[in-house]
Amino acid sequence: MHISHLDQYVGLDSRIHRLDGRIKFIGTLAFVLACTVTPPGRWGAFLALWLLWAGCTALARVPHGLLLRRGLVALPFALAAVTLAFTRPGEALVTLPIWRWQVRVTDQGLIAFLSVMVKSWLSVLMALLLAATTSYPALMQALRQLGVPRLLVAIISFMYRYLFVLADEAQRLMRAREARSAQPDGRRVRRPIAWRARVTGHMVGNLFLRSYERSERVYQAMLSRGYAGDLRTLDTRRLTLYDVVALLVLVLALVVIEGWAYR
Amino acid sequence: MMWNSVLAPVLERAAMHIPDGFLSLPVIVVCWILSAVALGFAVRETNKQLGERQVPLMGVLAAFIFAGQMINFQVAGGTSGHLIGAALATILLGPWAAMLIMTAVVTVQALFFQDGGLIALGANILFMAVVAPLVSYGIYRSLRNLHQWVAAALAAWASVVVAAIGVSVALAASGTIALGVVLPAMATVHVLIGIGEALITVGALAFISAARPDLMTLQPAEAGSGRWPMIGLAVALVVALLSPLASSSPDGLERVAEDFGFIDRAMGPFYQIIPDYLFPGVSNEALATILAGVLGTLLMFGVTWLLARRLQRREAS
Repeated sequence: MHISHLDQYVGLDSRIHRLDGRIKFIGTLAFVLACTVTPPGRWGAFLALWLLWAGCTALARVPHGLLLRRGLVALPFALAAVTLAFTRPGEALVTLPIWRWQVRVTDQGLIAFLSVMVKSWLSVLMALLLAATTSYPALMQALRQLGVPRLLVAIISFMYRYLFVLADEAQRLMRAREARSAQPDGRRVRRPIAWRARVTGHMVGNLFLRSYERSERVYQAMLSRGYAGDLRTLDTRRLTLYDVVALLVLVLALVVIEGWAYR
Repeated sequence: MMWNSVLAPVLERAAMHIPDGFLSLPVIVVCWILSAVALGFAVRETNKQLGERQVPLMGVLAAFIFAGQMINFQVAGGTSGHLIGAALATILLGPWAAMLIMTAVVTVQALFFQDGGLIALGANILFMAVVAPLVSYGIYRSLRNLHQWVAAALAAWASVVVAAIGVSVALAASGTIALGVVLPAMATVHVLIGIGEALITVGALAFISAARPDLMTLQPAEAGSGRWPMIGLAVALVVALLSPLASSSPDGLERVAEDFGFIDRAMGPFYQIIPDYLFPGVSNEALATILAGVLGTLLMFGVTWLLARRLQRREAS
């Protein structure tokens, strides 16, 4: 599975990479929260937040263009908010005749819609930076240290470890289905949806059994290596002054931006 | 309906994973609290039931749900459907383990694939990892003694529809989108997506029960308690009850309804029984909407019950 690109920049060394996972996680949450509470239409504040992200990205030496492109994944989702442009009361900017209705695009509505798009995009950018600068074990350890239940963190760690194995398994199943689905003379062989869903269901059931049996083998292998219900890690990081100062600077910047936005 | 056909594909993708920037602060806080409480219960119950084996088993099965979502099938016109998996996990492993597994799936999707926001993760966990398993478990437990596969199909279908309604409520309560737009669009789309979910879930369960019947932990023969059907029904009803209260901009809703005149057209069968989503003969609008929602939920429950009983009798004879 082509997921390796996720870890492409995790191995770099920079001030951002050296930060404790907890700090980066909390910092990202604070940034996203700031985006969420910024009132619609404060373009200056949005620009400041974008510059903050750009600064962090420059410090992390991750190429901006790459993250910007990947940040676009959020925009199709955000389009769901397009109705805001029509439903918010305000002065009509354009009136479009669509079939039998006069659809008004209001100024307030347009501002609200664009703000939701921008907030969503900025949040995704920061999340991408977090994923690009924090290794997966570091992120898991951060979650654990932040008080997420051990069982949950352990399940998530295991899930991520076997995700690629099982994704490959799923792709093999799909390739096998493709290979057996020959179509004479390029004509489509039509099958009812129920039949197709049943085939898919059997594939999923098959994948479940393979996963279940694999988990039994994994458990046996872990037992034989001394597993006693606890996942151990050699990494015992402590927060340094540098970590705390970095978080304070970020939070201060966010407070200043929000204070300015609400002035 | 033209408006729906524009919105539907967008909503279908946005449907389940709410991105950041969509929810207001109060909604975010409420969702986080609710899902934290539910997950606390889930962790406690799972620790009681499974022991140290649980970690590899549930981790690998969470990866299975993620990978299983990749296996798609053609629906129509180039669109494809795939499994979501909350009901499948619930029926195979029980509601508590399913909650943890779905939480792991949703969390990894947010952390590493930017599928759904980080702050909005609380809401995404609430609807996909808490509400969906609870609703499927309630329906499955109450109906499986009548007919196992019908119960599983309805559990899967309802898990998708109720979660989608929950997402609509959260979006509307945040003022991001008018309830009159999002609820009919989401409900219509997910009533259809739910059919695909039901078919795949039953297909998977049929395969598993044929190959490894010992893994079907929630056997039909298992003694049932009267508590679970009520819990499932209660969760569905609470979501239905919240929907009218969620609209923070009723004037916007009215405007859309007037401008587009689609309120009573674009909706699924349930809404045509009760036009305009309002219960007839009740003047208070919020109360009328609540009544309509409750009646719809109860109707669905009653119809499924009767259907399952009929099928059971046919099989018995």
